[in-house]
Amino acid sequence: MTVQKKKTSLAKRNWQKFIRNRMAVVGMIGLFIIIAACLAAPLLTPYDPTFINPGIRALSPSSEHLLGTDRLGRDIFARILYGGRWSIMIGVVAAMGANLLGAALGCISGYYGGKVDSVLVSIQEMLSIFPGTLINMLCIGFMGKSVRNLLLIFTFTGWPGVMRIVRGRILSLKQEPYVESCRANGIGGTSIMFHHLLPNTLGPIIVNSTMNVAGYILSEAALSYLGLGVPDNVPTWGNIINAAKRLDIVQTLPMLWIAPAAAICLFVLSINFFGDGLRDALDPSSK
Amino acid sequence: MQEKEYILRVQDLKTDFKVGRKTVHAVNGVTFDVRRGKTLCIVGESGCGKSVTAHSIMQLLPPNGMIAGGSIDYYTPSGACETLSDYKRNGSRIRAIRGKEISMIFQDPMSTLNPVYTVGSQIMEMLKKHEKVDRAEGKARIIRLLGELGIPNPEIRYDQYPHEFSGGMKQRIMIAIAMICNPTLLIADEPTTALDVTIQAQILDLIRRMQKNYGTSVILITHNMGIVVEVADDVAVMYMGRVVEFGSVEQIFANPMHPYTKALMKSVPVLGMNKDRELTVIEGTTPDASTVFTGCEFAERCESARPECFQRFPKDTVVEAGHRVRCLLYEEGGKSNG
Amino acid sequence: MAENREILLSIRHLTMEYQPNRRLFEKKKPSVKAVSDVSLDIYSGETFGVVGESGCGKTTLGKCIVRLLKPTEGELLFRDDEEMKDLLKLDRKTSFALRRKIQIVFQDPYASLNPVHTIREAFDEPMRVHGIGGGSREKRTQMIADALKRVNLQPEYMYRYPHEFSGGQRQRICVAKALVMEPKLIICDEPVSALDVSIQAQLLNLMRRLQRETGVTFFFIAHDLSVVQYMSDRIAVMYLGNIVELADSEALYAHPMHPYTQALLSAVPVPVLHEKKERIVLKGDVPSPMNPPTGCPFHPRCAHCMERCKREKPILQEDMEGHLVACHLYREKE
Repeated sequence: MTVQKKKTSLAKRNWQKFIRNRMAVVGMIGLFIIIAACLAAPLLTPYDPTFINPGIRALSPSSEHLLGTDRLGRDIFARILYGGRWSIMIGVVAAMGANLLGAALGCISGYYGGKVDSVLVSIQEMLSIFPGTLINMLCIGFMGKSVRNLLLIFTFTGWPGVMRIVRGRILSLKQEPYVESCRANGIGGTSIMFHHLLPNTLGPIIVNSTMNVAGYILSEAALSYLGLGVPDNVPTWGNIINAAKRLDIVQTLPMLWIAPAAAICLFVLSINFFGDGLRDALDPSSK
Repeated sequence: MQEKEYILRVQDLKTDFKVGRKTVHAVNGVTFDVRRGKTLCIVGESGCGKSVTAHSIMQLLPPNGMIAGGSIDYYTPSGACETLSDYKRNGSRIRAIRGKEISMIFQDPMSTLNPVYTVGSQIMEMLKKHEKVDRAEGKARIIRLLGELGIPNPEIRYDQYPHEFSGGMKQRIMIAIAMICNPTLLIADEPTTALDVTIQAQILDLIRRMQKNYGTSVILITHNMGIVVEVADDVAVMYMGRVVEFGSVEQIFANPMHPYTKALMKSVPVLGMNKDRELTVIEGTTPDASTVFTGCEFAERCESARPECFQRFPKDTVVEAGHRVRCLLYEEGGKSNG
Repeated sequence: MAENREILLSIRHLTMEYQPNRRLFEKKKPSVKAVSDVSLDIYSGETFGVVGESGCGKTTLGKCIVRLLKPTEGELLFRDDEEMKDLLKLDRKTSFALRRKIQIVFQDPYASLNPVHTIREAFDEPMRVHGIGGGSREKRTQMIADALKRVNLQPEYMYRYPHEFSGGQRQRICVAKALVMEPKLIICDEPVSALDVSIQAQLLNLMRRLQRETGVTFFFIAHDLSVVQYMSDRIAVMYLGNIVELADSEALYAHPMHPYTQALLSAVPVPVLHEKKERIVLKGDVPSPMNPPTGCPFHPRCAHCMERCKREKPILQEDMEGHLVACHLYREKE
C-alpha cells in the first residue's frame, strides 16, 4: 500500500505569523546585513585590521579610510567589520552554550523533581543573586584574559535564566495527557524529557537565546572596555571602544568610539526586534 | 398589543467578527422574540453563535466584533421601546440597562468572581451602581436574597471570599449579582455546564423559582436538550449563526421539523433507551466559521438534502402559529416534491 | 458481551491516598483518600461503566489501573496467558510488557496529542518500544494506516499535525492510537464530555462497533449517566472514593437502590416532553475529601439518614443477583 505523503508543517505557520510583524522583519534584515558585512569583510575593505601603519595615524574619515584610522594607523572601518566577527561569534557561542546547559538542567530538574530539583534550584538561586558583571570580572581575574575563558565563563554563569524558564514549562507540561499516555506505555524518562517535552519549550528557549546574544555582546563590550575582556590583539567591538578611553581621544577621534558603539547598538536593536517577533510567532496561544 | 406580550424582539441580527483580514459572520440573520415572564432556550453546538447573540444583546462584544445589521428591541416594563442595537457599546444608556434591567450569568462561576473582594462587596457594588441605597439597607437586602437562593448562614457568607465557596455556591452568588436589581430579563449563558448533575438540578430549580417569584423573563443558552425540556417555554435551535427552527417547547419536541433538530434529538443517549439502537449520527464536522455558503448551511451534513439545498438559501417558513422552520423541505411546493 | 464471564481484571481492596507535599517548616497536612477500598471484577469483552460527580475518585481509579499512579494498598489482578497476575507486584520486564495490554483514552482531545509530533510519530514510539510490527518500520506504518482506517480516517492523515484536526477527529485518533497496541482493556476517561453533541454520537457508535469487531474490554468513566447507561453492561456508582452501588446497567436504571443513585438518576434532564418525574434534589455539596464525614460518606446529604449511618460505614454487599449496594437501609435486620 502506498500512503501519499502530504506534509504540512508547524514551521510554515509560524513563519507566516512572523513575517506579518514589520519590526521583526526589519530586525531580521538588519541582522542579515550586519552579519553578511562582517563575513564579507575582505571584499568590502582592502585593509588588515591589525596592521600597524605609523604613517597614517589618527586620520579623519575620508574616501580612502571611510571612518578614519586610529592612533596606531589601523583602519577603523576594517576593524569594525573584522571585530564584528569576533563580537557576534562570542555572543552566539556563549548564548548557545548557556542555553543548551540551562535547557538540559531545566528539563532534568522539572521532570524528576525531588532532591535533584532542590539542589539544582538552590545552585541556580545562588548564581542569580550574585551580580553577573562582578562574577565575570572575578573569574577573568583568576583565569586570565582569553576568548575561550570568556566563553566558558559566560556559559557557566548564564544558564540560570533559561533553566528557570524551561523548568517552569516542564512542570506544567508533564501533567499533560500526552505525557501520561507515554508513561502509561512505559516509555522512558529520557525520551519523554528530550523527545516529548523539550520540543514544546523550544519557542521560549530560542527567544531567550536571541536576547542572550545581545546581552553577551554588551557584556563583552563592557568587560573589554574595563580591560577585562578579550586580549588586546583581538579586535572586538568592545576592544575598539577600549582604545577610546582617554578623554583627549574621545574628543579628537570621535569615530573611534561612535562607530563601534553604533555597530553594537544596531546589532542589539536588530536582534531584540527579531527576538520579539520570534516570541510572538512561536507563542502557540497567539493567532 | 405586542409591547405587553414581548420583552425582547430580535430582528435579522447580524454580528461580524474581524479575524485577521477576514470577516466572520458569527451571527447571520437571527430573528426571535422573548415573551414577557417566559423562558426562551437557545440551543446549539459550540460555534453556532448562541453566545455571540447573547453578547450582542448586552453590547458586550469583544473589540473585534460588531453588530452589522438588524435590530434588537427591548420593551421596558413601562412600555417604552429601546433599540439596544443602536446604542454605543459603552454608552451611558446601555450601561444603565446592563445589570439593572437585563443581566447576565456566565458559564464559568470560578473565573467570573473577583478573588480579592468578598462576595458581599461584589454584590453591593452592583446594587450601588444602579440604585441609591444606604449600606445597611443594601446589606439587609443582599442577605435576604442570599438566603432565598439557598445559601446557608448568609450573614457569615456575606463577608467571605470566593475561594471559600464551592462551584455550585459560586454560581448562586453569580445569580445573586444578576438578580439583586430585580432585572426584567435574565440571560444565562450555559449556567450549569461547569457543574455536576446534582448541583445542576439545584441551580435549574433556583432559576425557575426566581422566575416565578419575580416574573423575570429568561434567555437560557444551552447545548443540552434535556435542560430545554425542563425549563423552556420557547425554543430557538441555532446552527452556523442562524436560527433554523423556532417554536414553543411542545411544538419543537412533539413535532421537530428541521433535519438538524431531529438529528440532534436522536443523537444523544437518553436514560433508559434501548441499548441495541444505534445513535443517529450527524455526519461530518461543523464547518469552519469563515466558510462561505451558497445554500443551506446544513445541507452537506443533512440526510434529506436535495441538489436545490446547495444552490439557494432557504427561507423562514411558518408551518403553524408560532412555529417556523428554515428549510427548503417545508417551503411552498417543497412538500409535494419531497 | 459478558456471557463467558471470564474475569479480565480483578480489583481488590484498592486504596489510593494522596500525601500532600510537605515543605520545610510546614505542618503535616492530612492525606486525601481519593479511592478507598474499592473491589470489583471486570469481565472480558464487556463495557464496565463508572459514574460519579467530580472528585469522586473515578479518574484516580482509572489512572491506578494503567499504573500512572501507584495505589497505597490493594491488588490489581490481570489475566495474562490464563494466569492472574498482580500488576503491582511484577518484575520490571513483565510489568513493562503488560503495559501495552491496558491503554487509556483521555478526556481532553486537545491535550492528548503532542502538538510537535505528527500522528505517525505519536503512534510509532509506543509501538517501537513494545516491538509491535516486529521492528519493521514499513510494517508499523501499515498498521497505523489500518488503525486510522478503522476509525474512519484517511491513512494519509498520519503525516499531519494534531492542530489540523477537529476535536472529534482527534478523539478518534486517540482511540486508534490505543487500538494499535492491541490491548485487552481500554480505560476511557470521559472520552466524549469535551465533544459537541453531534460529534459524541459518532464516537460512541464507533466505540461500540470496535468492541464488536475486536472484543476489547472498555472501562468507561463518565459523569453523564445517560452516556454511561447507554454504553455499559455493568455500572459502578462512586461517591467520595467509595463504590456505593454496582449493578447491571438495566437493573441500575430500573431499580436504583442507593439513595445517591436515585438522586443522580432523577437529576439527569431527559429530553422527552411531559416526562415530569419526581426529582430528588440533594441538599448541599459533595463534602471535601480532605475531611470526609464519619460513617456513610453520603449521610450528610441523604434523606433516609439514620443514627447508624453516622457511626458505621456500610460495606458493599450483594443484595440481589449481581446487584451490590453499600447502604444500611437494606441491612436493617442485622
